Amino acid sequence: MQIYLPIAEVSVDFFLILGLGGLVGVLSGMFGVGGGFLITPLLFFVGIPPSVAVATSANQIVASSVSGLMAHVKRRGVDFWMGTVLLVGGLIGSGLGVWLFNMLKALGQVDLLVNLCYVVFLGIVGALMLAESIRAMIRASRSGGVRAKRHKHNWVHNLPLKVKFRVSGLYISVIPPLLVGMLVGVLAAVMGVGGGFIMVPAMIYLLGMPTKVVVGTSLFQIIFVAAFTTFLHAVTNHTVDIVLAVILLIGGVVGAQIGTRIGVKMKAEQLRVLLAALVLLVCLKLAFDLLITPSELYSLADAGEH
Amino acid sequence: MARLLVFLLLFALPAQAERVVLGLSQDEVAITANFTGSEILIFGAVRRETPMPSDSTLGVIVTVSGPSLPVTVRRKDRRLGIWVNTDVVEVDAAPSFYAVATSGPLEEVLTHVEDLRRSVSIPRAIRSVGADISGTENFTEALIRIRSASDNYQLLEGAVDVEEQTLFRTEVVLPANLTEGDYSTRIFLTRNGKVIDEYQTVIPVNKVGLERWLYELSRDNAPVYGILALIIAIASGWAASAAFALLRR
Repeated sequence: MQIYLPIAEVSVDFFLILGLGGLVGVLSGMFGVGGGFLITPLLFFVGIPPSVAVATSANQIVASSVSGLMAHVKRRGVDFWMGTVLLVGGLIGSGLGVWLFNMLKALGQVDLLVNLCYVVFLGIVGALMLAESIRAMIRASRSGGVRAKRHKHNWVHNLPLKVKFRVSGLYISVIPPLLVGMLVGVLAAVMGVGGGFIMVPAMIYLLGMPTKVVVGTSLFQIIFVAAFTTFLHAVTNHTVDIVLAVILLIGGVVGAQIGTRIGVKMKAEQLRVLLAALVLLVCLKLAFDLLITPSELYSLADAGEH
Repeated sequence: MARLLVFLLLFALPAQAERVVLGLSQDEVAITANFTGSEILIFGAVRRETPMPSDSTLGVIVTVSGPSLPVTVRRKDRRLGIWVNTDVVEVDAAPSFYAVATSGPLEEVLTHVEDLRRSVSIPRAIRSVGADISGTENFTEALIRIRSASDNYQLLEGAVDVEEQTLFRTEVVLPANLTEGDYSTRIFLTRNGKVIDEYQTVIPVNKVGLERWLYELSRDNAPVYGILALIIAIASGWAASAAFALLRR
């Protein structure tokens, strides 16, 4: 069934888009990532103009994150205090990111920078997570299921302004979460994603949060960042396609519910290995695109879109 | 009265042997939610005041052109092992859609001079005034190649059926990714590659219904549109979660 998108000005297959939304929704619910790093390239692939794809996937991320968050709230898997601190950092960071983005745009080559950002960050995050979770799995099987000690005392615990984050069971300074939020905010603005794939590992390894609250808290923060991004795109570029978003989010919200249930049933280490593998896969695909000779050297863009 | 006017007009004009009388299967295209492209049948006849010339055959050329907009064409090049956009050419005006249908090979039905004068062929329909950087042709060629691959540019040689050198008909398929605007349609009658009559009409292409409403809202009332998008997103996320919670019980 073909459907014409009023803003993208292309005709697409309804069920294909529905399926894409569902797939990303499942991942979103399972891992607490918005799925922006996955849905945006997939939309390019089915022929949606890049500017519309970026803006509309931000809108879709809002929907699937809300859906996922509700499920986590019921399981008391959201640390609202921690989420708020991360969000404050995130909004400061996205302001900085927009400023950085515009500066790079003036210099040209912003496309290349965004792609390199993707490859570098996805590569680092994916490799670190994969190595760590495989080690954890080996350790767990050797010592007969005894968990590794989570509370390691490092520099993070020696900073001032300590606050109690009851749901996470942490008593740490607000400075590290603020910085993590800021970093993610900058990346979100530059790369056009929610930043969950950076946020989740940062919360686990840097802040030492328990895995069961990480996903819900990440979703909480992503909702606001993605909503802010959607609104900015709608007002400045007029590139949010509601029809496309509705099809994506019908698939997405249902997928997120299924994903959350799958995530609950799986072991934390297994979840991390899967997320790491997925992140590395997208990273490799993007790296190949930069290295392999393209079949068409030329590309078209509307004038004024630099 | 109208007929009389046409009659008078015909007489007032300098003696022209052959003229176009045109018909269209639809005089506008409406883009609805289930729009998958459109076919337009363009047909007509040749009206003669004098006997048909016997020394040459009649050529018919039909062009349909979408709104012309500036386009940025970029070329990638290998730098430090990575493919990077290096060169850029701004094409001043290129139609978003362009189809040329002819009754025979284009070089036979139209001379090069007439093509230059009336901008009939695809390369002539693209204007890149002032773009005199060396190698600009490569960029306009790439533009034509990319748009031809997506059926936005079509050269349909021999697609116009001409019967008895009097009746002609052709079909132009408009793809699904149409840009809104006025699509100008031109019909040329040629003999020995020279244009003997030209007829022009316009086919408006517009979004209708919900598509029209959303498009206009996103342009004229962007903050409202943005908030609407967010409300839909939040509401559907919440609704899905609530629905699943009910199903669990």
